[in-house]
Amino acid sequence: MRAASSDLPIRFDAVTVRGDAVIMLDRVSVQIEAGAPTVLVGPNGSGKTTFLRTAMGLIAPSAGRVTWGGAESAPPLRRAFVFQRPAMLRRSAQGNLRYALAAARVPRVRHDARIEELLALVGLDGFERRPARRLSGGEQQRLALARGLARDPDVLFLDEPTASLDPAATKAIEDIIRAIAASGIKVVMSTHDLGEAKRLAGEIVLLHRGRIVERAPAADFLGAPRTGEARAFVAGELLV
Amino acid sequence: MQSDASALDLILSGDPALYAIVRLSLIVSLSAVAISAVIGIPFGALVALTRFRGREGVIVLLNTLMGLPPVVVGLAVYLALSRSGPLGSLGLLFTPAAMVVAQTILVTPIIAALARQAIEDLWQEYCDELTAMNVGPLGRVATLILEARFSLVVTLLAGFGRAAAEVGAIIIVGGNIQGYTRTMTTAIALETSKGDLPLALGLGAVLIAIVIAVNALVWFARRAGENFAG
Repeated sequence: MRAASSDLPIRFDAVTVRGDAVIMLDRVSVQIEAGAPTVLVGPNGSGKTTFLRTAMGLIAPSAGRVTWGGAESAPPLRRAFVFQRPAMLRRSAQGNLRYALAAARVPRVRHDARIEELLALVGLDGFERRPARRLSGGEQQRLALARGLARDPDVLFLDEPTASLDPAATKAIEDIIRAIAASGIKVVMSTHDLGEAKRLAGEIVLLHRGRIVERAPAADFLGAPRTGEARAFVAGELLV
Repeated sequence: MQSDASALDLILSGDPALYAIVRLSLIVSLSAVAISAVIGIPFGALVALTRFRGREGVIVLLNTLMGLPPVVVGLAVYLALSRSGPLGSLGLLFTPAAMVVAQTILVTPIIAALARQAIEDLWQEYCDELTAMNVGPLGRVATLILEARFSLVVTLLAGFGRAAAEVGAIIIVGGNIQGYTRTMTTAIALETSKGDLPLALGLGAVLIAIVIAVNALVWFARRAGENFAG
């Protein structure tokens, strides 16, 4: 059941994140609204993962501020994150979901029904008792998506969810992402793959060297990019 | 107990004195490991998951204490429990309880140090996931202890190995009293000094067999658990 309050919009006001000797996000200002998936693209080290982690609240900005639904310190109750290499607990697939449901404070009496629902949603029916860490990469990624959805989030962050998956596993994940977006959950994800951005994005954000270079609806970004970097990216040239 | 009996005869004949010694040895060592686990695992987890001033010093100290000399621990416990010592009124000196206390002091740093390392390694793996799931500090400790269960089993075995093989501390605080505080290791020390090598060898064989049996049992339990949990 969804609470009345929401973590959306997520607003970045001149957010800077500094690493050891490098600026990972540089005065980024943006607002993420409900709607079709927002896909972050850009080369390695452009700041995509840092952006997602900051938007999740896993990294505190070195300067600037982030707000979730207007609140500056909102615990991650209505947002979830699927990492590029999800870490499964050493228990069964349903054990992992039960843990996520308990962490999200879903009443215990609803766990069994919800687990069945979530496994069906990600196409893992019948995998209830399988040890999660013995699942294939694609299956673990699907289970991680189900685990994220156990939080009943307003917004779901996905960090390169299909990296290192084969085409069949990639298609399965993309189908699930479409279903999630169609259910009203805001998806914010990163990818290296321009094709994936074309297939999934409602809007595309190009990050380069920690800054947002261009942000536009997917059709505009792909059809008529405004900046040189975006034109190079869409043309398949290497952006370094 | 026949001092000239062969090692094998003693084991096969079911000598009651021998089996009383074996029973006491197991009770003392397993009690010490159980108490050490209750203290050491949460303490190790706390050091693994919290950042405080002097933490590096605590880790170095824990690692150093793994090599505590048993006779020094025995002497300290002896002084504490002796009639004029601060805990003399408890009347524990030369009892199995005193032996458990001494072995607990020896085993706790081993379990705490190894648990700290195992849990800290797991924290690197699960930090992001647990933070994203908004799991609080106590939930993190409980989760990581559960996730580290297979590594912690080896930690407990290391503690048991130390306790089962230990003689210096328990001979001082237990007194090696026949039928009351005599264990396999203290009996081996005594019989060797008396020149009764067959009996000492018999006890040694039993001790090694027990340690192998406990390790094998735990190993197969761990394998079965891993197969189930993945």
